[in-house]
Amino acid sequence: MPTVNLTVNGQPRSVEVEGRTLLVELLRERLRLTGTHVGCDTSQCGACVVHLDGESVKSCTLLAVQAEGGAVTTIEGLAAADGTLHPMQEAFREYHALQCGFCTPGMVMSAIDLVKKHPDGMSEHEIRDGLEGNLCRCTGYHNIVKAIAAAQEVIHGRRATLMPAEA
Amino acid sequence: MYDFAYHKPATLSEAVALLADPDARPLSGGQTILPALKHRLDRPSALVDLSGIAELCGIRREGDRLVIGAMSRHGEIEGDATVKAAIPALARMAGNLGDTQVRNRGTMGGSLANNDPAADYPSAALALAATFVTSAGRRIGADDFFQGMFATALEPGELLTSIEFPIPEKAGYAKMRNPASRYVMAGVFVARGPEGVRVAVNGAGPGVFRQAEMEAALAADWSPEAVAGIRQDPDGLNGDIHGSAEYRAHLVTVMARRAVLDAG
Repeated sequence: MPTVNLTVNGQPRSVEVEGRTLLVELLRERLRLTGTHVGCDTSQCGACVVHLDGESVKSCTLLAVQAEGGAVTTIEGLAAADGTLHPMQEAFREYHALQCGFCTPGMVMSAIDLVKKHPDGMSEHEIRDGLEGNLCRCTGYHNIVKAIAAAQEVIHGRRATLMPAEA
Repeated sequence: MYDFAYHKPATLSEAVALLADPDARPLSGGQTILPALKHRLDRPSALVDLSGIAELCGIRREGDRLVIGAMSRHGEIEGDATVKAAIPALARMAGNLGDTQVRNRGTMGGSLANNDPAADYPSAALALAATFVTSAGRRIGADDFFQGMFATALEPGELLTSIEFPIPEKAGYAKMRNPASRYVMAGVFVARGPEGVRVAVNGAGPGVFRQAEMEAALAADWSPEAVAGIRQDPDGLNGDIHGSAEYRAHLVTVMARRAVLDAG
């Protein structure tokens, strides 16, 4: 069986897999990082989004062996060691950008990549367009969009702290 | 998914040797083949990962042609300054297909070699009169390359290495997406350049095709109005639960008009 060597949330890992093992299976079943979810089997829902070498990918549509030598970040790898949330996580909390929470890890990982790709900031329309690959069946997206709009200001350094959500 | 052997060759000749096995399949971005394998629609003996082959990568301008390596990812094409300067409509197309995660992995060569009738690139390649360069040293013109639903002129085991696009004076694209799957219901790419005026339709039929009547009309008068009154014959177009052949035929005219507007 092939062995995959990769970095997951900063930790070097070496895992024996089958050729057909998906990256999401390696993360969830072998490394027990169950924050990354699987919501469909058609590569559409985005619950499984992680970062591979800094770019968002659907870990259900990537073989573990394709991540050989790569650096993977999952939702578990975002918060600081002392538990301080990533600004995107903090924004999702502040803006109540989730209800059941199933899609949230993928939403947060996609949102971070989206913000990184738009250093000049995004309009509401651009944020909605950018979430094409992530489905949420509870929120109607409104608070997710607001959270990302607020988080981008902090991530790009235009604000020191999140603008509080309206009560 | 059934298990398979996984190979990641470093050179094109190694990849071609591995693909001599008729049950082996090439793996480019994996955004089509992996979902298909998950549903056990195929049972390859091996996947040959092309992502380690330098000869398949890179985007460059060579005189009056834009050359795109087959393994160029959609996200790379979308943001590439050379593509944006030479054929902005192609960069816009790459930035508006699939979703961000698909664009971070999927490749132009993979999409064109797959020739999904609802994919975007085939209409661009056909309208721009692209040339397909292969591992067998062949140079295949776009009019010969596309051979209907999921069929191309590639021989078994033959790989696309690059796609060459003559740089047009004007080019534009418009599509109507299925609101759920986001695949193309009908798309039209229009181009005016060294190969004359060419109009290609994707999504509406079982394979990409040229629209001769619109080409003639645009050659005489390059304006949205020139195509607005041309009706596409629905005979032979796709009809399914998402839309009838008549609906898709109607969309072809609407998208052609918008594509000319997009081209400017």
